[in-house]
Amino acid sequence: MATEGVRRLRWLLWALVAIGAVVLAVLLLRPPASQQPAPGMPGFTLGGPFTLTGTDGKPFSSTQLAGKPYAIFFGFTHCPDVCPTTLGRLAKLRQQLGKGDDAFRIVFVTVDPARDTPKVLGDYLQLFGTPIIGLTGSEAEVAQVAKNHGIYSAKVKDPSAPGGYTMDHSAQVLLFGADGKFVGTIAGDEGEAPALAKLKRLTS
Amino acid sequence: MLATMRLTLPIAAAASIIAASPAPAADVMVSGWARAGIGNAAAYVTVHNHGRSADRLLSVSTPAAAMASVHDSLLVRGVATMRPAGPLVIAPGQSLAMAPGGKHIMLMGLKGPLRPGTRLPLTLRFAGAGTVTVTVPVLPPGAIGPAEAHRGH
Repeated sequence: MATEGVRRLRWLLWALVAIGAVVLAVLLLRPPASQQPAPGMPGFTLGGPFTLTGTDGKPFSSTQLAGKPYAIFFGFTHCPDVCPTTLGRLAKLRQQLGKGDDAFRIVFVTVDPARDTPKVLGDYLQLFGTPIIGLTGSEAEVAQVAKNHGIYSAKVKDPSAPGGYTMDHSAQVLLFGADGKFVGTIAGDEGEAPALAKLKRLTS
Repeated sequence: MLATMRLTLPIAAAASIIAASPAPAADVMVSGWARAGIGNAAAYVTVHNHGRSADRLLSVSTPAAAMASVHDSLLVRGVATMRPAGPLVIAPGQSLAMAPGGKHIMLMGLKGPLRPGTRLPLTLRFAGAGTVTVTVPVLPPGAIGPAEAHRGH
């Protein structure tokens, strides 16, 4: 005959077993910890192959970027300030570099694919009067590519913004070499001189 | 609730300072430029208050867009965020300067594409100076400012 104390202990032990099982399941089912070294450590990299949708509505594979360095920036077309400022700045830096529009490609990936259809994106980028590759996709595709590039983005409610929301997003530009390897970043608030120096190195 | 009250108090205080200021309307001088866009765009103005009392920018409108409001871009640990700007009080002798990457007038629901080379009428309503209408040039979407060439860093 089990006393009250023994019964309670039995329950406690079973509860511990259950918790242990859950913990084990989580540990086993979780994808293996990222092999990615921390930023600044040797071997740290960003990017990786992807397929998104171009402004012509056709699939765009990252392999199409091979052979030329590129600068990639994540934003959205309903962003009236930071995004055109960054794209305009990249276009101006490319001009200052004096190696033509072919020196490096400018790639703009939307973090707001719900509104940025290929057409919306294409019309928007055409305004800049310089070649810019615009990429969109499904929410999941875009989120994955952003994540692989270390880009944070989040929808934020703003009743005074078009559509009632705006997007917070990492403001840095990522630079990739002609071999597709991550080279470095240009921060959102970086000065013109260091930014130009980085692009000179990128295209040398 | 507490946070809301804490936020409203300084606004109310600022508003009461303006309300209490003497009748002569503060003089303001407005200049600026806009950036080309399709569905939405941004305009940047500089408002100089050469009056004797503080003034406050209450609202902005333009016949070219369904809605215009002042927003503020911030860079917080590498993340670009944008929020409606708080009260825009301009002290006497001071300027409110909007610029890319900071305060800007967000133009929403453009009635037609805003093309570079055209001009945009903007009407600014002030608590003291009343309504001021200016017409600003529309620059390319990547423009940083009208005086770009003179800017030395």
